[in-house]
Amino acid sequence: MLRILLALCAGGLFGTGLMLSGMTDTAKVQGWLDIFGNWDPTLAFVMGGALIPMTVAWRLTAGRRPTAGGSFPAAPHKELDRRLILGSVLFGAGWGLAGLCPGPAMASLSYNGWQGLVFFAAMACGMMAAPWFSRHLDRAAANA
Amino acid sequence: MEADWIWGLGGGLLIGLAGAVFLLGNGRIMGASGILGGLLDGSGRSNAAERITFIGGVVLVPLLIAFSTGHAPETHVTNNAAVQIGAGLLVGIGTRIANGCTSGHGVCGISRLSLRGIAATGVFMLAGILTLAVLRQLMGVI
Repeated sequence: MLRILLALCAGGLFGTGLMLSGMTDTAKVQGWLDIFGNWDPTLAFVMGGALIPMTVAWRLTAGRRPTAGGSFPAAPHKELDRRLILGSVLFGAGWGLAGLCPGPAMASLSYNGWQGLVFFAAMACGMMAAPWFSRHLDRAAANA
Repeated sequence: MEADWIWGLGGGLLIGLAGAVFLLGNGRIMGASGILGGLLDGSGRSNAAERITFIGGVVLVPLLIAFSTGHAPETHVTNNAAVQIGAGLLVGIGTRIANGCTSGHGVCGISRLSLRGIAATGVFMLAGILTLAVLRQLMGVI
């Protein structure tokens, strides 16, 4: 029950932060990426603001256990594989194209019109298809 | 317009706070694509309930705010359905192949100085910059 409550709390804060920061405005996100056009620096402040509590939170994990039980995530892998790079290229292209990434696409679902719903539906289809692509990339890497 | 960066910083702090609650409370990395994708491809079935409530919070709290204040923020979303479908597919497939998006690799990865998080964020930002440079500045189609 505590896990559910904390997840709801985190989700609510996340959605509120995305909405208030302007990150559900595709013009601001595309403005950040449009460095040869009318550049908008807002995203840097959002990312900077978000990194502050998260950096503290990672420090606080040392020698502790999560409040709701279980354990903290293991130390991150170090290898930069084909999937990480290729996936990030595809993601970045889609992000630039529409100005939406998964968090803001969810946070703005209620006020982003049919366009937001179409994006979300296509993203969900992509996420369901992704394991197939991942398997092929892993197989190709194993044969390389 | 001048206050944009203040709203950005304040909203960013809330996003970071959300990630801190999810990490210190549930011991999990707050990645939007991972939480949603795990539900959709079945890999996150064991903790589906907390995924669903997280997503419920992300979707419903902005709705409540918009409803109670009587105004929703401007989104400037494109009316081009083909762009929405293509972009959605790219974002869905890309984030799941790379195992993370702006929240997981960006916010949560960079804050723990993860090499993969930093590299992924650099690559998807560059890909986005290139997309805008070619499709908006050179071709004028988006």
